[in-house]
Formats: sequence, C-alpha cells, structure tokens
Amino acid sequence: MPDTNEKFGRSSVFYDTFERRGAEEKSTHYCPGCGHGTVQKMIAAAIEEFGIQDRTIFLSPVGCSVFAYYYFDTGNIQCSHGRSPAVATGVRRTLRDAVIIGYQGDGDLAGIGLAEIIHAASRGENYSVFFINNAIYGMTGGQMAPTTLLGQRTLTSPNGRDQFNDGRPIGMAELISVLPAPVYVERCSLSTPKQVLKTRLAVRKALRYQIERKGFSFVEILSPCPTNWGMTPIQARTWVTEHLETVFKLGRLKDYDEDVPVPADPVLHPIDDQQMLTLLTAGGIPTVKTSVEKRPSRSFKIGGFGGQGVLSAGELMAACALSEGYRVSWLPSYGPEMRGGSANASVICSDDPIGSPVVDTPDVLLAMNGPALDAFEHTVAPGGVILVNSSVVNQKTRRTDVSYYAVPATEMAKEAQLISAANVVMVSACLAVTGFLSIQTLRESIPRVLRKKAFLERNLGLVDATITYLQQQEII
Amino acid sequence: MNYVEVHCDECKGCAVCVSSCPHGCLEIGDSLNAKGYPYVRFIKQMRCSACGLCFTVCPEPAALSVYTSKEE
Repeated sequence: MPDTNEKFGRSSVFYDTFERRGAEEKSTHYCPGCGHGTVQKMIAAAIEEFGIQDRTIFLSPVGCSVFAYYYFDTGNIQCSHGRSPAVATGVRRTLRDAVIIGYQGDGDLAGIGLAEIIHAASRGENYSVFFINNAIYGMTGGQMAPTTLLGQRTLTSPNGRDQFNDGRPIGMAELISVLPAPVYVERCSLSTPKQVLKTRLAVRKALRYQIERKGFSFVEILSPCPTNWGMTPIQARTWVTEHLETVFKLGRLKDYDEDVPVPADPVLHPIDDQQMLTLLTAGGIPTVKTSVEKRPSRSFKIGGFGGQGVLSAGELMAACALSEGYRVSWLPSYGPEMRGGSANASVICSDDPIGSPVVDTPDVLLAMNGPALDAFEHTVAPGGVILVNSSVVNQKTRRTDVSYYAVPATEMAKEAQLISAANVVMVSACLAVTGFLSIQTLRESIPRVLRKKAFLERNLGLVDATITYLQQQEII
Repeated sequence: MNYVEVHCDECKGCAVCVSSCPHGCLEIGDSLNAKGYPYVRFIKQMRCSACGLCFTVCPEPAALSVYTSKEE
C-alpha cells in the first residue's frame, strides 16, 4: 500500500536468502517456535541500529545455531564446540574495532566450554556473549545439560535429573556475575512478549557496552525448545515461565558502574618480520640450502590407518624438503577415530609458491596399508612411484605405468623394537628410491620432528636398516 | 491503515504471534503452505496498532512485516 511504511520487517543484516537448504530459501532451519530465531532477529536489529554490520564478527557455536553464518551478513567464524570465548579473545587482540558477538547454547557454553567462558569473563574481554539456555543439548536430540532442571526428564536422564547422581543445574549468570571483571550480566527470558522486549533491551545494552569498550557483557536468555521438550511452542513458553524462571531467576545481576574506569585496550601490537623469525625459530634454525636453478616440484600422498604414523611421515618428509630449501605444504586428513580410522597426508615440495596444498595426482604414493593402495593407486601420475608397506599390503598394484616398490616396513620396525617407526622406514625407502632428497638430510631432520627423543637412535638405525635392505634387494 | 503482511511460505505455524497479539488480530488458518505448515492469517485489521509484538516474538526473520500509516 503506497500510504504505509514498513515499521517492522526483515533486517538487512540477514542475507536475502539462506542458501544452505537450497536457492531462494528464506526461512531458517530452526524448528517451529524455537527461541533462536527470535534472539537472532534482535541481534540483527541491534547491529542494524548501531550501524556496525561491517565490523561485526558473529561467532557461531556448535549446536542448533551452528548455521548462524548462513543467516548473518557479517563477519562469521564457526567455532569449535565451546571454544567461542577463546576465538573471541583472539579476534579482540588482533582487531581493535571489531564488534564480536559470542552466541552460545547451554551445552556449548556451560558444558563443553565452561573453562573458556569463565576465563574470558575473568579477563574482561571486551565482547558480548548471548547465552541461549534451553536446559538441554538440543541439536543432538535433547540430552541432559549442566542447566537441566532437577527432575527434568531428558534423553540421558529418563527418570529425571537427580541431584546426587547428576548434580544441580548451574546458574551461569550468577557464576559469571561473581567474577570481578564482567561489566554487565543479565538473565532474560523469551517466555512472554514482555520478557521478549526486555531481552531486546539487554541485547542492545550488551552491544552498546562493547562498542563503548567497557568490557565483557553476558546476557543469558531462557529459551524454549518445543521439539525436545515435547511441547507445542505455546506450552513451551508457559513451561519457561513456570519452571525455568523459578530456578533461573530473571534480572540484572551486574551492571556497568560509571565510577569504574574503562580497562586498557588489550590489542596486541603487530611484530615485525625479524621478531617473528626469532619467535618461530626459538628451537634452532635448520640449515637451509638454496639452489639457483629451479628444481622440479614433487607431490606425495601417504595413506594408511590412524596410528601408523601417516601424518608424521608427511611431516618428516616436509621437514626434509624444508631443509633443502623447498617451499612445502603438508595437509593432513583424518577421521574422528584416534586409532584405526583411515588417514592420509598430502605433501607438496616446490621451488615455486604453492597455491593449493591438495594433492590430486601424487608423483609418489606411500601406501601403508591395503585400503590406501586401493584408494590412491589410480591417482598416481604416470611415471610416478608407488611404494607399499608389504608387511601389511598383500596385493600388488594394477598400474603398469609406474615404478612399484615393496618394503616390509612394519616387520623391519618390529625387528628394531619400535613398531611405531614403520613410517620412518617408508620415508627412508621413498627418499632412497626416488633420490629426491638426501638421506643425510633425513638423518638431520629426524631429531627435529621426533617427539620421543629417547627413540632417536632406533629411528636413525632404521634409516640405515632400510638402506641396507634396499641394497640387498638390489633396488638401489 | 496499519496492517501485518504474512509471507505464508516462511511461516511455520508456531502461533507464538497469535498468543502475543494484544488485539487478537492474528489466527492460524486451515490451509497449509509449501512446507506443509498451517500458517498465520491477519484478521481484524481495524484493531491493529502496529505495535510489532508479533514480529518481535516471531522466530522467523521475515515471516511477518508490520506496516503503519504514513504520518501526515
């Protein structure tokens, strides 16, 4: 209608469309009646009002709100679980004018990352934390969180939370407010329109204090989770009033005191190249040979299962190449398993700057186990080298256009009573058959890469044993 | 004239706006939107004061827009 103004509408701080679930998508991924959307709209409105969109960095947590970076057209960092305060600290120390928004749920903030938030608050980091408390872990299906109420039934407290078994709910706002450094701590709620409006004021205040460089602000927001609570959105809001608010009392626990001076600016000053060099080479500078003529680049793929030293084999290779004056990239790839999962490392050595560390067609493949050979043998560049750990790998390669070598790396390592050093055998053999880097460089590099120094002699012994083996087999 | 515009495909039918409107201007209709949710309808336009509570409590960025008369 031409005679009307839009008084309330979509904030320009949100992207026009949320592409995660397809082009032209305009609604969030949140369940109907979720509190996240309501809070994020308030934050967006406040960012717009203060005109800080271009210098805002929104820290997405892990949890249902992990995808906030699909919504906020600001700077975004998606933090590891619970580590948002550490990220905020880093951003604050490097970007003086950034407006940092830490957005965390109760699983993320009060559970996984409790230590981080306490210390960031205690340091009085100048940023604003919005703590969404719905008394459960939402994204993973409604498990008990540190904030779960006594008697509350969740997936992991099917008989209700028991104070002796599970402890009592943690009041994060109270906990933060007793620290000396935070300037503003308030607990709000989304239970009723009145409380929502109060929350909106608190969100604005927390951001305003940060812009004025006053220090750390913490706003806890009691928020409904209709899906995991098994309620309608309206019932969930009533439950917030009747249960959450009776345990977690609403109100301002701490506010900025005009008489207290604003803390000093914590931004670190950049250091120059010489200082950086001194810092990075505190453990000694490796001897670096430089060459006049450009040498050909080489790319390596090392594959095996986790625990075989796949990643450290790559590291060792990279350290050797660095010593010989190459530019090097090392890209590890591994699953969540500590042992037994598959792992691989990509290493590129070049005299030119390396654009991407990804190795699609390696010149050399070190296959520490059968699956690694299966996965990567077809990717090896024609004329390349495939080296397998024949103690573990029974099959031969199907490739006819590459050089193929087999070394019983695991058996040799076992003989040297250092089974974890099969990777050293593989790297030694690789360097010996390709002649790409010198064995002397390898000997010098092992002490720099090796973490257990007590095994140094045995590792060096394995280098010699490998050379002897290759000579006996008339491979070299 | 004040009014609330509903972008029905962005509404998830949670009805939080319906329960928040001080003048009873909103209700959940019977039909379903493209995502399969029943969506909110704006009724009783004469009573809307453009207070914006429905927009403020709504979890979606732009399921609702609130318009107000231009000042003379």
